[in-house]
Amino acid sequence: MSAVTQDTAVRTGRVTRTFIYLVLLLFALFYLLPFFVMLVNSVKPLAEITGGNMMALPRTWTFEPWHSAWSTAQIGVEPTGLKPYFINSIIMVVPAVAISTVLGALNGYVLTKWRFRGDTWVFGLMLFSCFIPFQIVLIPMARMLGLMGLAGSTPGLVLVHVVYGLGFTTLYFRNYYAAFPTELVRAAMIDGAGFFRIFWRIMLPVSGPIAVVSVIWQFTNIWNDFLFGASFGDQDSQPMTVALNNLVNSSTGVKEYNVHFAGAILAALPTLFVYIVAGRYFVRGLMAGSVKG
Amino acid sequence: MAAPAEVDFRTRLQDSLPRLVLAPSFAATLLFVYGFILFTVYLSFTGSKMLPNFTWVGLENYRKLWALDAWWIAISNIAVFATLYIVICTAIGLTLAIFLDQKIRGEGLLRPIYLYPMALSFIVTGTAWKWFLDPGIGLEHTMHLWGWESFSFTWIKDRNMAIYTIVLAAVWQTSGFVMAMFLAGLRGIDNEILKAAQIDGASNWQLYRRIVIPMLRPAFLSAFVILFHLAIKSYDLVIALTGGGPGRATELPATFMYSYTFTRNSMGIGASSAVIMLMTIAAIMVPYLYAELKEKP
Repeated sequence: MSAVTQDTAVRTGRVTRTFIYLVLLLFALFYLLPFFVMLVNSVKPLAEITGGNMMALPRTWTFEPWHSAWSTAQIGVEPTGLKPYFINSIIMVVPAVAISTVLGALNGYVLTKWRFRGDTWVFGLMLFSCFIPFQIVLIPMARMLGLMGLAGSTPGLVLVHVVYGLGFTTLYFRNYYAAFPTELVRAAMIDGAGFFRIFWRIMLPVSGPIAVVSVIWQFTNIWNDFLFGASFGDQDSQPMTVALNNLVNSSTGVKEYNVHFAGAILAALPTLFVYIVAGRYFVRGLMAGSVKG
Repeated sequence: MAAPAEVDFRTRLQDSLPRLVLAPSFAATLLFVYGFILFTVYLSFTGSKMLPNFTWVGLENYRKLWALDAWWIAISNIAVFATLYIVICTAIGLTLAIFLDQKIRGEGLLRPIYLYPMALSFIVTGTAWKWFLDPGIGLEHTMHLWGWESFSFTWIKDRNMAIYTIVLAAVWQTSGFVMAMFLAGLRGIDNEILKAAQIDGASNWQLYRRIVIPMLRPAFLSAFVILFHLAIKSYDLVIALTGGGPGRATELPATFMYSYTFTRNSMGIGASSAVIMLMTIAAIMVPYLYAELKEKP
């Protein structure tokens, strides 16, 4: 009986199956094509791009565009390449991800194991903040960062990303901890364990999977952010996305497409890397992210 | 004598510790989200230009906003964009999920291919597609080189069609993610129900039409909510792909708000457009979150 339940109930004929494979392959092509084209053209000399076929493999291979995108291309007014902005992004992302994940874990723990009157409202208010259009906070945020002396600085951007990421991290940990048996926490309480000891000894050791999810989610979101970076960053703190946009959209003179592509791939590499290494958890986590009580 | 008081203090501290731990996050949310929302709402009733000022002008900004052609373009663009984006993503996502669920060889390879665009920044997606769609060097040029001389694909340069290029790139980025949501839903359906229906003589089509798709209701709802709020928030993609052009052809409320507030020195109007964006999202999100959180007492 159990062997029967294993396979899917739906039976498909040969024609249908061929059709299904065809559609699936076509879509795979659709998703791969733009990235393939970028990759291939990032190792071609410019003349081959403007005069040639974008699908063709390079006749002369060159890694000059990559070198240029990384260290010599004109970004805004300075010919610095994307390197300093890549570093800006790293310096911004690491603390923002760490702080928002730790706070999310603590919040989720409180909201599930130390419930109090009105906790659902507190959570609801935090959760709604995930979905607001950030345009609604841009003006006061610019003012607030100015008042705090953080305008145009990396700590300012870290603050922004922590504040607007808290809703998601709290959601993840809350949903995850909600499934954890409260009896164990009760038993530990009776044994005299305090708030932090229970968190440290009981909750934290089982938090691995959801911590991975929270870190990946926050990392991709913050790394890929453009709006906050463009609004609140300056020369010394602008993230990679803003620099890439400057590279691609404001270059005067000849448009060096190959350099643009190399730059775009450089900007995508960290998130792609994280996704390839830990993608499985990522998907699972996004499923958990659907708001369930 | 002091001992009981001390114990009392410690238990009280222990009792309020959870709330103390939660307090900074909650306070930050109240200030940076709800406080800021109130501030922006207030600004939308003032005559703020380049900098915030606090001269009350009532509904003047809203009146001006709804009289602006640029705003109407942004509104009709978002209506077209959001509708197509949500419908197409859902259609592709559902189709791919159902097809992938037929015991496909190579599923493990196909899934990440469908999903990886989601890991990219919209700026990267925009850069790739902008070039791919450029008639001079992209797809059109390639087709010409391959001998299809009459092939023409100039949407990105065409005022009437440019908005559809935004839809195309946005669908490319998110439809794989919608697929994953539906696939998770499909995998959660009990096969026994399907088998029972099959014994009763249901065809595959009927099986999906009558049983599977209705059972995916929660997945449809989450997909809709996520796509809807992503659509309203769309900003980066437009900046990277078309810059709002040609002309104002691909301006969306998000780009409208930014340019009126920060480059056209009409902060009051910018604020009022942001308020309208927020109200649109709230109209969908508030009932949804309320229902989701209400379920469990």
